[in-house]
Amino acid sequence: MDPLILSRIQFAANISFHILFPTITIALGWVLLFFKLRFNRSGEEKWMDAYRFWVKVFALSFALGVVSGIVMSFQFGTNWPGFMEVVGNVAGPLLAYEILTAFFLEAAFLGIMLFGFRRVPGWLHTTATALVAIGTTLSAFWILVLNSWMHTPAGYELRDGIVHATDWFAIVFNPSMPYRLVHMLLASGLTVAFLIAGFSALRWLWGDRGAEVRATLRFGAWMGALLIPLQILAGDMHGLNTLEHQPAKVAAMEGNWETQSNVPLVLFALPDEAARENRFEIAVPGMASFILTHDFAGEVPGLNDFVAEDGTRLHPPVAPVFFAFRLMVGIGMAMLALSWSALWLMRKKRGGVEGLPKPWIYAFVGMAFSGWVATLAGWYVTEIGRQPWLVSGVLTTADALGPISGGMVASTLAAYLAVYAFLLAAYLGTLTYMARRAARHDGTSPQIPKPDAGVRVLQPAE
Amino acid sequence: MMELFGDPATWLPFAFAALMGAAILTYVILDGFDLGVGLLFPFATPAERDRMVASIGPFWDANETWLVLAIGILLVAFPVAHGVILTALYLPVAVLLVGLIARGVAFEFRVKAPTRHRGAWNRAFYGGSLAASLAQGFMLGLYVTGLQLGWANIAFAALTAVCLTVGFSFIGAVWLIGKTEGDLQLKAIHWARRGIWGMIAGIGAVSAATPLVSGRIWDRWFSFPEVVLLSPLPVISVLLVVLLWRILQRMPFENDRWAWAPFSISTVLFVMAFGGLAYSFYPYVVPEQITIYEAAAAPESLIIILVGALFVLPIIIGYSILAYTVFRGKATELSYY
Ligand code: HDD
Ligand code: HEM
Ligand code: HEM
Repeated sequence: MDPLILSRIQFAANISFHILFPTITIALGWVLLFFKLRFNRSGEEKWMDAYRFWVKVFALSFALGVVSGIVMSFQFGTNWPGFMEVVGNVAGPLLAYEILTAFFLEAAFLGIMLFGFRRVPGWLHTTATALVAIGTTLSAFWILVLNSWMHTPAGYELRDGIVHATDWFAIVFNPSMPYRLVHMLLASGLTVAFLIAGFSALRWLWGDRGAEVRATLRFGAWMGALLIPLQILAGDMHGLNTLEHQPAKVAAMEGNWETQSNVPLVLFALPDEAARENRFEIAVPGMASFILTHDFAGEVPGLNDFVAEDGTRLHPPVAPVFFAFRLMVGIGMAMLALSWSALWLMRKKRGGVEGLPKPWIYAFVGMAFSGWVATLAGWYVTEIGRQPWLVSGVLTTADALGPISGGMVASTLAAYLAVYAFLLAAYLGTLTYMARRAARHDGTSPQIPKPDAGVRVLQPAE
Repeated sequence: MMELFGDPATWLPFAFAALMGAAILTYVILDGFDLGVGLLFPFATPAERDRMVASIGPFWDANETWLVLAIGILLVAFPVAHGVILTALYLPVAVLLVGLIARGVAFEFRVKAPTRHRGAWNRAFYGGSLAASLAQGFMLGLYVTGLQLGWANIAFAALTAVCLTVGFSFIGAVWLIGKTEGDLQLKAIHWARRGIWGMIAGIGAVSAATPLVSGRIWDRWFSFPEVVLLSPLPVISVLLVVLLWRILQRMPFENDRWAWAPFSISTVLFVMAFGGLAYSFYPYVVPEQITIYEAAAAPESLIIILVGALFVLPIIIGYSILAYTVFRGKATELSYY
């Protein structure tokens, strides 16, 4: 068994599993802060109820994010020692700053945020919530600086084949960093928006008509509706930036083989790498040129430009990039349609959520995890689109591999996959169970005034 | 400023080795007690288990972050050594990681999943703690004997795996003595009285093996004047063990006095044992193969990290103390509101 391909699958499996949970915690931290501040300000119990429900989701997601993140930090050494040996002088400080400024911050204040509500003054609890949100966002910042640098390296020089940092400003603010950071943070916001709306819709279906579930369903729909246009705009700008720095990736995304003007926008096709053409193509004439150059006659690079004299392929594999891109954009469009139409329907009826017809409620339930799918699809576009390079133009993936045997990687890969499949099922099952329990509580007695917060009977260690 | 302290190529690797050592030591003590609490799970009743988890709930995440920092420093400061060590330890690392995953998520799932699943998550918590502790002990054994994979090394590593696991359950028990009261505290005292043997055996085994690994380390220990300068270390250790033993025999004291003494003494013992190891292996980061000076990353990059670390570490220590202060005292039920 080839240790290279197995290590790649293992890395992809680990990072894909890891990213699911930060995607939730990055934005959910801010949402929780919002709920807490709304409650502080209005004293309305529904915001505190929303906080209580979603802080549990946060705690669970955070735990999964932490343990899968620990796996990530060992991966470099166990499978890709060449990575640190070659680019360690750049990657090292970035990773170190992530640990020092972000991981400790969130880990230390998480305890106070989760369990400190009655032990610390209210302002300290709110501050802890804010610091955890800042911490998760900071970790996203540092790791995305590193990841973007791997795509568009800058501010370094090679001495004896080893990367040495020359300009830290250029490294941090490398050409693709701002786009990737904005796009990822918005992706996190959208994931959380649809997660909240989806689970609130589920509780609604189960007969929960409480004030909390109304508030969170509206909140999720609003948040999604506000962020999705920004995301489409950011995605477009991200694509233009990629066109400038990684044209082969864009050619694969578009499924465009020949460099030419008037390039059509391929809506669907089966890219065939052997024949170097698309089959069953459905396309809008001139549109790709227009999107990428803002001119229907604009010239766009094609994949055939990235083939060496002897026929070796210098561009990424086409089909996965092509399909993953369509999946992401498709979900983006679905998010736009659902969130805007829902706002419109809720507008019409002053009652808000009552204005939503059943199919919309079902659609929200169905889209609860659409953010995850789009995020993963987006990362597959980005990462597979960078192949065969690990660090564009500096280090190939194959060169970073360590001296490990295929059998060893196969055994750990099998173990990780089994653990991840199980944990994912447990995570989804537990969220659903929590929603069902919450629905039963509030659904039967929506308006009962709560007893004084201090004397509430508590579930053990919940 | 780099010239201020002389040649950065000599003092920077040393500074990072010291930082890494401090991070590993902090990790072993902090995660040691919370892995230990997991190891004691099978011996406790369901109500006691909730209390035990409550005693570590607010801390475990930050405790594990020290492991991330330790690996991070190895990764960023000694890139060459990092690859050599982790590829040599590939399988035990995987066991460690799966163990940490199982126990980390069990913390959350055991109270959020349906009640009928709680038993299974409790077993995952125990099993994960066990796998992680055994893997760490195994890695320690392999590392001390030079990362070779002969039968003798593996046998020795199996021994250190068991000793470290019992040692962790011991430090978990003395933590519980401080954090609990009543019957559970009595139980913890009982656990500690038995677990102490594991710690003694572990420290003894590693101390006996280390000088045999290489003539260099042997000379470091047993040539004159080192042997005289070093002699206080074992003497103090033995005295502390005796003291610890006596205290444990007489516990509990009235009004919960000395409840934290066993934990504090054990911490000192761990620190001394670790100091002995560091003394033996310096300047090697991969035993007898690669020194910290050969493995270090470029000074320009290291200095950037060091400046950040010196600035941020005091803040980290500050808010860690804050977290431990907020949750000081005997463990009570954890609740979100
Ligand atoms: C909720 C998630 C989500 C949604 C709805 C979208 N994206 Fe996206 N996309 C991501 C989540 C994401 C991501 C996971 O965050 C990626 C992977 C790496 C990155 O920076 O963002 C990404 C990458 C990514 C890239 C690759 C950039 C590169 O690496 O060179 C492009 C060109 C786009 N996106 C464009 C779009 C467009 C035009 C969208 C319009 C609907 C869109 N994305 C919706
Ligand atoms: C977080 C979301 C991410 C996802 C879902 C993701 C996904 C992937 C995938 C699918 C590959 C395999 C590409 C191929 O083999 O064709 C890959 C490669 C890689 N990515 Fe990412 N990536 C992510 C982020 C990152 C980040 C932040 C880093 C670095 C800090 C990174 C570093 C790497 C490395 C080292 C490889 C090479 C190993 C390989 O080819 O499998 N990735 N990634
Ligand atoms: C190769 C890449 C990566 C490595 C080595 C890595 C490592 C880690 C580690 C060790 C943790 C646990 C921290 C703790 O102990 O508290 C963690 C958590 C986190 N990571 Fe990653 N990570 C990677 C990729 C990413 C990416 C791509 C993102 C986001 C864009 C991300 C965002 C986060 C966030 C927000 C957290 C903290 C909150 C949570 O766990 O939910 N990481 N990561």
